[in-house]
Amino acid sequence: MKRLVTGPVPAFVLRRAGATVLLLLALSLLVFALLYLAPGDVARNLLGTRNVTPEALAEIRARHHLDEPFLQQYWRWLTHAVTGDFGTSIRTGRPIGPLMLEKTGITAATAGLAFLLSVLAGIPAGVLTAVRRGRWLDRVLVTASVIGVSAPGFAVGLLLLYVFALGLGWFPIYGTGEGFFDALWHLALPAVALALGLGAFVVKLTRAAVIRELDQDYVTFARGRGLPEAATLRIVLRNAAIPIVTSLGLMVAYLFGGTVLIEVTFALPGLGSLMEESVLFKDIPVVQALTLAVALVVSVAAFLVDLSYLIIDPRVRARTVRR
Amino acid sequence: MTTSTATGRAPLLAVRDLRVTSAAGAVVAGLDLTVAPGETVAIVGESGSGKSMTVKALTGLLPEGVRATGRMNLPARDPGRADPERGPAGLEIDLAAPGGAWREVRGSRIALLLQDPFTSLSPVHRCGEQIGWAISGAGRGERVARLLAEVGLPAEVAGKYPFQLSGGMRQRVAIAAGLAADPDLLIADEPTTALDVTTQHEVLELIARLQRERDMGLILITHDLRLARSRADRVMVMYAGRLVEEGPTARVLDAPAHPYTARLAACDPPLTHRLAVLPTIPGSVPRPWSVGAECAFAERCAFVTDACRTAEPLLAEVADDHRAACLRAGTAVPPVPTASVSPTPSPGETRDGDAATASPLLLSVEGAAKRFPGSAVPALDGVDLEIAAGEAVAVVGESGSGKTTLARCVVGLEQADAGRITFHGSATGARRVQIVFQDPYSALNPGLTIGTSLAEALRAAGRPKSEVGELLELVGLPAAYARRRPRALSGGERQRVAIARALAPRADLLVCDESVSALDVSVQAQVLNLLADLRRRLGLTLLFITHDLAVARQIADRVYVMHHGRVVESGPVDSVLGAPAHEYTQRLLASIPAADQAD
Repeated sequence: MKRLVTGPVPAFVLRRAGATVLLLLALSLLVFALLYLAPGDVARNLLGTRNVTPEALAEIRARHHLDEPFLQQYWRWLTHAVTGDFGTSIRTGRPIGPLMLEKTGITAATAGLAFLLSVLAGIPAGVLTAVRRGRWLDRVLVTASVIGVSAPGFAVGLLLLYVFALGLGWFPIYGTGEGFFDALWHLALPAVALALGLGAFVVKLTRAAVIRELDQDYVTFARGRGLPEAATLRIVLRNAAIPIVTSLGLMVAYLFGGTVLIEVTFALPGLGSLMEESVLFKDIPVVQALTLAVALVVSVAAFLVDLSYLIIDPRVRARTVRR
Repeated sequence: MTTSTATGRAPLLAVRDLRVTSAAGAVVAGLDLTVAPGETVAIVGESGSGKSMTVKALTGLLPEGVRATGRMNLPARDPGRADPERGPAGLEIDLAAPGGAWREVRGSRIALLLQDPFTSLSPVHRCGEQIGWAISGAGRGERVARLLAEVGLPAEVAGKYPFQLSGGMRQRVAIAAGLAADPDLLIADEPTTALDVTTQHEVLELIARLQRERDMGLILITHDLRLARSRADRVMVMYAGRLVEEGPTARVLDAPAHPYTARLAACDPPLTHRLAVLPTIPGSVPRPWSVGAECAFAERCAFVTDACRTAEPLLAEVADDHRAACLRAGTAVPPVPTASVSPTPSPGETRDGDAATASPLLLSVEGAAKRFPGSAVPALDGVDLEIAAGEAVAVVGESGSGKTTLARCVVGLEQADAGRITFHGSATGARRVQIVFQDPYSALNPGLTIGTSLAEALRAAGRPKSEVGELLELVGLPAAYARRRPRALSGGERQRVAIARALAPRADLLVCDESVSALDVSVQAQVLNLLADLRRRLGLTLLFITHDLAVARQIADRVYVMHHGRVVESGPVDSVLGAPAHEYTQRLLASIPAADQAD
């Protein structure tokens, strides 16, 4: 651990951070090019679904500097984007930065809650199924997780709404709530709907990782020299943590895909709903900004997973130090 | 049933009627076993003999779906032991007992040491931690340091991870971890098979010393008869899940009463001279549960009579303390081991040293150098090597010596950083060089039939796929095998297929990278005979990479000894292995168990 403070580890962190920034730059270029890659005239695309008049087109051209060369436009857009200025939304006419900011809270809360639920329930369930491999509990949980993985989130959401909100009346049907606990109460169903698919995925991958480790020689050896089952399981979990953490990083991307549908289903005014509305309205500047934001979150998650290797896998740490 | 032991002391372990059953049927068909303090019992057998299952059953560590029955008695410890405060109570364990019942047994009574030190330690925990897990209470750090000292490792190893240590050091750490709870009996399952010869010797010496110092019983599971001969007081020979012979080591191995023991001992290639044809055992080991009411070895036995096929023979005393499960024990055996063996070195025409140098050069390697990125030492450090057409050349060395890198450079799987590898023959492309790898299980695509795999190789060489049958017969397999998948073949058969595939392009040079080291001795002998036969019939040139000097002795005309990426000695195999000039070659030869008795 001492080595984490000085020497090659910061160099590794810097290198990974640099690579992440480069990746984001490449992605931003792609995102900006969306405007041009979309079929039709750029100015018309920027007009969205509004009426096309020569004045409107001219105004759009001037506002978006469409006569400038592509790279110059990109550079202008990027330099503004890094300060949080993504231009104005075509649909609402409001600046995109603040628009996104005010909707981030709901999405972050829903996604965060769903992530927490799926990890807190999925990992113990996965470990349990692995340890009781082949028994009835394993079969039940594995079957349930197959259903969970294959059921679409919005369908689960509708079902939850029907049963727990409409039928039993335990949860509100829509809205975001006031104050922490009320908000939690309002977000519970969407988070659960999102977490079911995710949690089922966590169960499956945890089970696979733990089973693989349970079959290793070091487990036999640990038992063979008299270590109690609890101690053996601790050793196994420490080893299984490496593939599990990797996959949790990948789940972040899945989370964003799922949250769009869930927010629409539950009529939550979050980034997901904003994405849906903007796509339908061809509000391309907003779509660009949202895509870039998702790219940022996913890349940062991948970066954090890379860093977590340094902590959980001494082999990676040693390789880093040697380089 | 017996409780006698070689040392004449009361046993610390007595097992009666141990049986192991899997879903398919019996894996171990009933055996008794005793071990006295300070005694070493070797359980010898080929893969599938049930030897590993036997010891897993003794520690309650059988895999899911496999069950044991039988009783294990661990008598009260003698009061004179160093640690009197520990409970002296005897234990009677039902081998079918579930996990909880084994708490009293594992660790403090019996510890199990596994084959591969690379996988038997957790990769993400420090060694000190791993040794300390079995130690409870205060003074753990001190105990760990003492255990490390006991296995001859410096105290700072406690702070290292397994991947930072060499194979031998890891096995020492594993031994220290196994001894942490002070077991009375250590079971070592092929403890040195994954290690280099020189390291093997050190680890075996260490185990022997610890056994003496702690007055521990030791069960040594091994496929290596030489190792059993040099280390064990008593030997138990298993075949197809049955105990076929047991007794004092010298009696069992020098005057075997069971034909299987005799044939197995004969299959071990000698280090001192070359045999024209290595003795083999025809056929292969049957699955333990497929054997009916007959002798399991009857199918492969040269002395089989009708009586052998009507009932399974029971263990019977042939001499004092020496038992064998053979109806014809003693009468049938003696002529076997030497009958088919010609002890004089009788190399064929092309094997003759002078003839080899006279034939034209096929491959020359000059100053080959290779360093893998991120590695401190070079894998190859200026290697020169020459192979004449029709010659068989062995490259021997331990892991890390660079022998495999050299083979891969010759075949073109790696690119040397410097130096020249020149092929002098007229062939081009795939017809120049082909390779046969070590592991026949991963070398063949499990999804393709043997025929498809071979047809693919034939097509690449521009030959019609109708020649698949011919190719299979060339390596001694029936043409009907073309329809099978690798799964349905034994290890030896798969290696034959791998050789057939390498022969498909009619290559001039065949590179064998440890091609027989994953095989059982009797099968290894079959494959070595096949290679010698192919050389004679096809005029094949062989570059044979091996860690096993006895194998090199049998297959090669000339030998190169590699150490740390350099060739330290080379020459005709007789002179290099018979009168080694380099200190390292001498050390290699001295490390082979019972090398002095190999005559």
